[in-house]
Amino acid sequence: MADVVQATKAARGAHNRTLAIRVGGAVLGFLALVLVVNVLTHGDFLTIGNITNVLRQITFNCITAVGQTFVIITGGIDLSVGSLIELTGVVMALFANAVPLDGGVGLVIATLLVGIAVGCAAGFVNALPVVRLNLPPFITTLAMLQIARGLAFILSHGQPVPIASNAFNAIGTGALFDRIPWAVLWMLAIVAIFAVVLTRTRFGRYVFALGGNEEAARLAGINVKRTKTLVYVISGGCAAVAGMLLMSRFASGSPQTGIGSELSAIAAVVVGGTSLAGGRGSIIGTFFGALLIGVLNNVMNLLNIESYTQQIVLGAVILLAVILDELRKRYLAR
Amino acid sequence: MPLLAMSGIVKTFPGVKALDGVSFEVEAGEVHALVGENGAGKSTLMKILAGAYIADGGTIAVDGKPVTIAGPKSAEALGIGMIYQEFNLVPDLSVIENITLGIEPMRGLFLDRKAALQRAVDILNELDIVLPLDRPARRLAVAQQQLVEIAKCLVRKARLIVMDEPTAALTERETDALFALIAKLKAQGVAFVYISHRLEELPRIADRITVIRDGRAIVTRPLAQLPQNEMIRLMVGRSLDAHFPDLPPLAADARVVLDVKDLTAPTNVNFATFVVHAGEIVGMAGLVGAGRTEIVRAIAGADIPSSGTVTIDGTRVIVRDPRSGIRAGIALITEDRKAQGLVLGMSVRENTTLAHLDEYSRGPFIRRRAEDAITQREIAELHIRTPSGEQIVKNLSGGNQQKVVLAKWLIGHARVFLFDEPTRGVDVGAKAEIYGLMVELLKRGAAIVMVSSELPEVLGMSHRVLVVREGAIRAEFARGEATPDQVIAVAAGVAA
Repeated sequence: MADVVQATKAARGAHNRTLAIRVGGAVLGFLALVLVVNVLTHGDFLTIGNITNVLRQITFNCITAVGQTFVIITGGIDLSVGSLIELTGVVMALFANAVPLDGGVGLVIATLLVGIAVGCAAGFVNALPVVRLNLPPFITTLAMLQIARGLAFILSHGQPVPIASNAFNAIGTGALFDRIPWAVLWMLAIVAIFAVVLTRTRFGRYVFALGGNEEAARLAGINVKRTKTLVYVISGGCAAVAGMLLMSRFASGSPQTGIGSELSAIAAVVVGGTSLAGGRGSIIGTFFGALLIGVLNNVMNLLNIESYTQQIVLGAVILLAVILDELRKRYLAR
Repeated sequence: MPLLAMSGIVKTFPGVKALDGVSFEVEAGEVHALVGENGAGKSTLMKILAGAYIADGGTIAVDGKPVTIAGPKSAEALGIGMIYQEFNLVPDLSVIENITLGIEPMRGLFLDRKAALQRAVDILNELDIVLPLDRPARRLAVAQQQLVEIAKCLVRKARLIVMDEPTAALTERETDALFALIAKLKAQGVAFVYISHRLEELPRIADRITVIRDGRAIVTRPLAQLPQNEMIRLMVGRSLDAHFPDLPPLAADARVVLDVKDLTAPTNVNFATFVVHAGEIVGMAGLVGAGRTEIVRAIAGADIPSSGTVTIDGTRVIVRDPRSGIRAGIALITEDRKAQGLVLGMSVRENTTLAHLDEYSRGPFIRRRAEDAITQREIAELHIRTPSGEQIVKNLSGGNQQKVVLAKWLIGHARVFLFDEPTRGVDVGAKAEIYGLMVELLKRGAAIVMVSSELPEVLGMSHRVLVVREGAIRAEFARGEATPDQVIAVAAGVAA
C-alpha cells in the first residue's frame, strides 16, 4: 500500500512538472513581453490605469470565449455567439424600458435573467438539430448567427435602443473602490465558476469524454444528448452575460455591436490551448488567450500602430500561438 | 545475404525502454513470424521498419546495404509494405483509388483513370483475386479490405510485407484463402513478417519464428525446432500449465439471471432466445457477421431492440440506451476497445471511473481522492502495467488497454457481463489473466455471455455453447458435448 501511495505521489509530481512546463513557459514569455513593451512605451503600459483598461476591454470577449471553450472541447463550434450578444442586448434594453420596475437592483436582476433565458434558449435551439439529427454545429450555429442578428434588427428597428433607467450604469462603468471595474469582477467570477465546473464536476468530465470519443462515452452510459445540449446552452448564456455587460457599458442595446465577436472568441479559445479537434482544453487557458489578445491590441494602440497593421499582427500571433502549442505537445509526447 | 537485417535496434519512450537492442533478419521468400506478449515490442519494431517511428539506435540494412528509414515514403521506396491490423484505407475512396493512392497515374495535370484502372486490374489478375473495383472501401468486407491492402503493397513493388494480426477478423475460409495467397507470393520471392497471437496457425504458414520479450529478441528458430509449449514459455518467461482455468461447476439450483426472449433488432437480431444462470459462462460461437455482436449490443442497449424482452433476476428491464442498460446491471465489454471502449486521450483514472462517476462524486463534484483510490486498487488487482493512474491510455499496450476497459466495468455493480471478443489482440499472459477474472466474476454470482471467434476459447471457457447464425440461436451444446466440427457445421448452416 505504501508503495502505491508513493507511486501516486511520484505521478502527481511528474504531472505538476509537465504543468509547470506548460504554464511556466507561457507565463515567462508573457512577462518578458510585458517588460519589453513597457520599455518601448516609456512606462505607459505598466500603469494601474492601463492594466485595468486592458482587463475591462477583454471582459466581453473572455466571457463569450468561456462558453465557447465548452462547445469546442466537445468537438463542436458555436458561430452564433456574436449575434446572440446583440439579440440579448436588444431584448434586455427593451425589457428594461418596458417593465414598471423603477430602477434598482430588482430591475437589473430581472433584466439579466431575461437576457440569460434568451441566450440559453438560443443555445438550446442550436443544439437541437445537432443532437437529434447529428447535423454539424458549424451549420446550425451559422443559421442561428443570421436568425439572431435579423431578430435583433427587427426588434430594435435597426437602431440602438437606449436604456431609460440609469440602474445599469454601475455595472457598465462603475468600479469597486473606484479601482476595479465591476465588469472585470463579473469576468473573473465567470472564469472561476466555469473553471471549477470544467475540471471538478462530472459534467466537465463528460464534456472531455464526449470530445475524446463520443461512442465510448455513450456506451459508458453518459447522457450524450444532454451533455451536448448543455454546452450550447452555456455558450448562449455566456453570450447573454457579455451582452448584458456591453449593453450596460453603452447604456443601450445595439444590433451591431457583436459583429465578428464569435471569431474573436474562437481565437481566444484556440490561443488558450484548447484543441479544435475536441477532447482537450481549459478555461484558464482561454482567459490567458483573451488576455494575450487584449494586451496585444492595447500595446499596439500605445505604440500608435495603424489599425490595419494591427489586424495583420493579430492574425500572425494567433497562428504563432497555435504553432507553439503544437510544438509543445510534440515535445511532451516524446 | 538476408533481404532485411535490423541489428541492435533501440527505442525509448518516456518511462519505457520499448526496444533494447533487437536484432532481426528476414530472408527473401520467407514468412517470418514475430511473436510475443502485448507490449513486448513487436509493434514498435515494425513501426520503425515502416518509418512510423525513428529508432534511437541500431542499424538497418536492406540487401546488405545500410539504409536509413526516415519516414513511410522511404520505407516504401525500399520495398517495405506495412498492413496494420486496423487497415489504412480511405473509406470513401474506391478500390481503384485506394490501390493507386499517392501514386496516381497522371496525364499532364489530370488523373489518368484508365491507367489507374489498368494498374489495379493487372495486379488483381496477377493475384488471381476478384474485387468490386468501383466500390468505396467502407462497403467492403474485412477480408476484401485486406486484399486491397495487399494489392496496395504490391503495386508499390513491395518485397517485404509486414502483416499485423491479419487473421484476427477473418473466418476460417477467408484465412485459408489468405494463406494460399501468401504462399503464392512467397514463391515469387516476396518476404513476409507475420505478427499473430494465434499461435496454432503458425505451423501452417511460418518458416521461422522470432520470439520477442521485454524489448529483446529472445530467440529465432525454424518452425520445426520450436514447439508451441516452448514458444509460449519463451514468450511469457514462464510456462503456462493449463491454457484455460477450471470453471467452477454450475450449481444445480442456480437461478436464472439473464432471460432473453425473442429479442429482435434491425441490426440482424432475429428472435434470439436464451437464458444465463448465476455463476455461468455462456459462450457464443458463430461466423463473422452471424449477429453475435449485434445480440449482445441489443441486450445492453447499444443498439435499440425493436421487439422481444430482456429479464434480469426476474424483473423485466426496458433498455432504451446504454445508460438504462447499465442501470439494469448490464456491462457490455465491446470488441473494439479503441473505437468503443476507451477515450484514448484520457488517463487511466478518467477511463476507469467514466461509467460510474456518480459513485465517485458528491453532488455534481468529483471526489478526486476516491477516484485515485479506486484507480490504484484496479491497477494493482488487474496488474495494469502503467507508470501511474495519470498515464494517457493511448500510450498503453493493447493488453493493458483491455484491462482498463475491464476495470471500467468491474468497479460497477453489474450482474450480467457481456464480453465481446475479450481476448482479441491480447497476448497469452493477459489472456490467462482475463480468464481468471471471469472466474472471479462467476464466484460473485455474475452471469456471463462471451462472444468469441476463437473456437478453443468458446469450448474451453463456457458452461454452455450457443451457436449463432443469422441473428438467432441455432444450436446449444452443454460443456464437453460440443466438438469443433459440430459447432462449425451449425455455424456454417451445414447441419441443423
